[in-house]
Amino acid sequence: MHDMILEMIARLLIPMIQLFGMYVLFHGHLSPGGSFSGGTIIAASLIFYSLVFRFSERKHRLQHDTSLLFEGGGALLYIVVGLVGIFFGYSFLTNRGVFPLGQAGRLWSSGMIAIITVGLGGKVAGTIFTLFQELLEGGTDTDGNH
Amino acid sequence: MLALINLLLLVFLVVCAVIVARTRDLLSAVIILGAYSMMMSIIWQQLHSPDVAITEAAIGAGATSLLFLAAISRTRRHEE
Repeated sequence: MHDMILEMIARLLIPMIQLFGMYVLFHGHLSPGGSFSGGTIIAASLIFYSLVFRFSERKHRLQHDTSLLFEGGGALLYIVVGLVGIFFGYSFLTNRGVFPLGQAGRLWSSGMIAIITVGLGGKVAGTIFTLFQELLEGGTDTDGNH
Repeated sequence: MLALINLLLLVFLVVCAVIVARTRDLLSAVIILGAYSMMMSIIWQQLHSPDVAITEAAIGAGATSLLFLAAISRTRRHEE
């Protein structure tokens, strides 16, 4: 199936959705939103892409290994950033004294919170996209096809 | 004026919820549920909790509708 109107709208909309998702993600410590909302918006744009271009560009789909990498990488980043505090002699997930805090209200001002937010956003996006893909295409359907 | 808008939003919310429970076409129910989530998101914003509002708009209107659509595509569209 090849729908030109759908593809044109998708080409216009998907970059804007992803830009908004990244704005919500990177400003999680300053404005409403954060890892969960931003990751979900990015995952929605990926689901939109995979629904529109599923039949024409099959090889360009996000593969299961890639989303698995995002999921595992997000959790690993959280643990590694948390362990940095222990390495410097403070408790787990210590912010003050380890990371540069900067100026309040600026984008680079919250120490490790921004790093953790980005990592968790990738994890949420990978999880929701995998959930959708498994539900839509995973397993065997009623005809016995895989 | 603002109270009137809030009242309209709440009435629309109740109407959406009743229609979702009563409709037999599951695809229509999913779309109406998305409208319900959008109204709920605006109401959260009116209640001064923008963080919940943006999460409701992303999860309720976006991800949940897509997951329901995927579930419908694997099963039947009409309720028996």
